[in-house]
Amino acid sequence: MTDLEIAKFFAGIFILLGAFLSLVTAFGLIRLPDVYTRNHAASKSATLGVMFVLLGTFIYFYFVENHFNSRLLLGIAFILLTSPVAGHLIGRAAYNSGVKPTDLTVQDDLATAKKTLAAMDQQK
Amino acid sequence: MFDTVLWISVTFLSLAMIGLIYRVIKGPTVADRVVALDAIGISLVSVVALVSILLDTNAFLDIILLIGILAFIGTVAFSKFLEKGVIMEYDRNGDR
Repeated sequence: MTDLEIAKFFAGIFILLGAFLSLVTAFGLIRLPDVYTRNHAASKSATLGVMFVLLGTFIYFYFVENHFNSRLLLGIAFILLTSPVAGHLIGRAAYNSGVKPTDLTVQDDLATAKKTLAAMDQQK
Repeated sequence: MFDTVLWISVTFLSLAMIGLIYRVIKGPTVADRVVALDAIGISLVSVVALVSILLDTNAFLDIILLIGILAFIGTVAFSKFLEKGVIMEYDRNGDR
């Protein structure tokens, strides 16, 4: 195998893995029962999937076309930083706007913490 | 061979986006729809990357960063709107 074929092989592996992870995201969003579990699926596997695809694209352009594209690396770093933050924000917004978790939930620490805070406020 | 892998990946991403659109339409709460739209934006990034490989050009690679930034800003604005009812708070006097 030549260098070109090896580069294409690794780029193909990364791209296929990333696309598969995006498909896993979609299945998670369809099948999981409530907002928080869906948010879990979306913010983790979609992030990793798109990072794999961008890494494969970067490898392709660097080794096959001899073109170092810094914007792809910047995009990988940016998505790694922002996508979990967006997931956190939307999960918090859902909780504060009163979306109930699924009935299978056994523990809700934030609700008990809020209750004790309210009780402490009443004592003052 | 590499082209086949690319087309299979594009197919996977298209199926994923169809599933996400199903969640946008059906999703019982607004937060579900926002989560699904964010995931659609993220999937669109990888579709643009694959299309730029397929068309053999590097002219579209700026769009990747652009879509990533726009998806993040849109999600932040939506979640602030859901949580507080306003996106930009007006507190010029700063007396809160």
